[in-house]
Amino acid sequence: MLYQAVALLVIGLAVWLLVHNTHENLRGRGIQSGFDFLGAAAGFDIGETPIPFSPADSYARAIWIGVLNTLRVALIGILLTTVVGVLIGIGRFSRNALVRALCSSYVEVFRNVPLLLQLLMWYLLFVEVLPPPQAAWQVAGLIYLSKGGLAFPVPVWGAAHLWGLAGVLTGLAAGWGWRRWAQRQFELTGEERDRVWVPVLAVLLCAAVGAWLGGAPGEWQVPEQLPFAVDGGASATPEFLALLLGLVLYTAAFVAEVVRGGIQSVGRGQVEAAGALGLSHRQQMRLVVLPQALRVIVPPLTNQYLNLTKNSSLAVAIGYPDVVSIANTTLNQSGRAVECIAIIMVVYLTTSLTTSAFMNVYNRRVAIKER
Amino acid sequence: MVVDRFHPIAPRPAPVPARGWLPWLRQNLFSDWRSTIATVALLAVAFCLLRDVAQWAMVHAVFAPDAGACQAARGVGACWGVVAEKYRLILFGRYPFDQQWRPEVATALMLAALVVSCIHRFWRPWLAALWALVLATFFALMGGGMVGLAPVRTDLWGGLPLTVMLATLAIFLAFPIAILVALGRRSGLPAISVACIVYIELVRGVPLISVLFLASFMFPLFLPQGMTVDVLVRVLIGIALFAAAYMAEIIRGGLQAVPRGQLEAAATLGLGYWQTQVKIVLPQALATVLPSLMNNFIAIFKDTSLVTIVSLYELTGALGLALNSDVEWRPFKIEAYLFITAIYFGFCFAMSRYSLWVERRLDAIRSR
Repeated sequence: MLYQAVALLVIGLAVWLLVHNTHENLRGRGIQSGFDFLGAAAGFDIGETPIPFSPADSYARAIWIGVLNTLRVALIGILLTTVVGVLIGIGRFSRNALVRALCSSYVEVFRNVPLLLQLLMWYLLFVEVLPPPQAAWQVAGLIYLSKGGLAFPVPVWGAAHLWGLAGVLTGLAAGWGWRRWAQRQFELTGEERDRVWVPVLAVLLCAAVGAWLGGAPGEWQVPEQLPFAVDGGASATPEFLALLLGLVLYTAAFVAEVVRGGIQSVGRGQVEAAGALGLSHRQQMRLVVLPQALRVIVPPLTNQYLNLTKNSSLAVAIGYPDVVSIANTTLNQSGRAVECIAIIMVVYLTTSLTTSAFMNVYNRRVAIKER
Repeated sequence: MVVDRFHPIAPRPAPVPARGWLPWLRQNLFSDWRSTIATVALLAVAFCLLRDVAQWAMVHAVFAPDAGACQAARGVGACWGVVAEKYRLILFGRYPFDQQWRPEVATALMLAALVVSCIHRFWRPWLAALWALVLATFFALMGGGMVGLAPVRTDLWGGLPLTVMLATLAIFLAFPIAILVALGRRSGLPAISVACIVYIELVRGVPLISVLFLASFMFPLFLPQGMTVDVLVRVLIGIALFAAAYMAEIIRGGLQAVPRGQLEAAATLGLGYWQTQVKIVLPQALATVLPSLMNNFIAIFKDTSLVTIVSLYELTGALGLALNSDVEWRPFKIEAYLFITAIYFGFCFAMSRYSLWVERRLDAIRSR
């Protein structure tokens, strides 16, 4: 009891001292405080904006754009990282020694170099090695890559795409039905039916039929090479691409280690027992090892996702306008250090806590059900 | 009956035990057609890549610090001349040129002390004394102002000494905080455990950059008026407090792995809380999590590169300092980046190998 009272007193005193000092200092230096500056015109322009923005718009809108940019790179990054990381993690158990060596050297190299350095290098490569926009590298006149970034076609919404989407949904439903049926059959008879390719084919087929019904190919906005630039279609800036590439390759090394650790945590006896039951290598992996490994993998995987999100703050070093970068500009312009840093922290705290809440729910679902 | 419908599959041939390199090749590179394709394709790609890289990095490369020759070889060969020309600026930042033997000696001392600390046989009380001595010498050498050494302000410190110093001191500072916070989080006193949980979750929820901004912009506001703290110290405290939260979670994992029986046995022997923790719980807990702690140390070492964003010129920042304003050498930044990449990689790789070695030794001790 005494300890607690002392601890509380010390913490309270420290907090009071900090707040008091800060207040005194702010007043002493004539710095205004408060969040009223958020309504003022920002006065700077932002390189890439998912929603319209002009320098006359408010600081609040600028920071909101920063948040959107952070979320955009984090979400796409998490998806890609999962794919790359899982592939490399599983690759370390390949029967081919070269694949194993390749995967482990990938992990060693990317894990042991600071992310900031990797980002700076990728960005440098993007602006040095890639050709200028006048002579962009292109793939079949559809995709262009140059110092100006990556340009790719996007559909203009029309009947074909709508029907195609409807086809995808039908295909998904059909594929899901097939998987359920295959599972039932497996449980009843022990006979394995394909559960991956049939649904994939169903989705593709339904999408094609749908698009054809709607009058494919429909309208696409395709980028084209102009004398001095690439125009049209959708585009991604070199800053975004460098940040995404750096984050994905770096985090994938850690995800690969998480996956490897999870798979190794499943006892040898489990694999040997599965082999003794006559399950093939693939079946052993899918039916015995992975379901048990998943439980070990999910918590550290969540941490890696959160790390990726937090590491996206390094965008400030290569000029991608994420929330830190914009808040930093705001800080330099308005001088409201306390408020701007508070905004950065609140944004990240919110995303972190939300992600871990979601992952906790998932974790509870895959956790061991003890009976 | 459902069971009737199962029909047994034919037994597979028993595995043939094989030794020697030929069976090894067959099993690991050519076990079936897919493996064979992968082997051939990977070998082909590796051959082409290695050939190109060797051409660029060795055959057509320029090793002399000659900007003209580098310019001529641009696009075909690497310009290692940039490293030969700028390595002092990259390694020591803006530290006065004629005094650079001081950071050299200081860093060598620090690294030697780190290596000594990695050897289990030397984990004796004198190691603490050695560290006190090494740190005192380090700061005396770097800062000067005594025994005839010219004083050098901390904003001139840079490069590798700064990286090594920040990482080492951050670990030293963070470790005791982490232990206290981890114990606090597990303690039965609600006020203390809640305070520790809030600290851990708050720090782990935000990126290091925001903590560095805090240290560099806001920290001066926290202090009473008229009091200033060197920016190096502020950043160091920031990194240490940040690292401590992660370390505390790792140590907590170790604390949880100590069996209850140990605590009960300690209580039976009449040990108090601190005696139990220091003599019984912590040694076991720390031994369990040593590999994770090493990973955390590697992360701290890599994270020191972020201080360049708040204008401290450690290795990454010193490189920018050396090249950004030099039009002649700026085109060869990628080679310079590769140079410091190799330095970072060397340190981190050594640490991760050491961690693996410790892990194996621990396993060997446990399975005895």
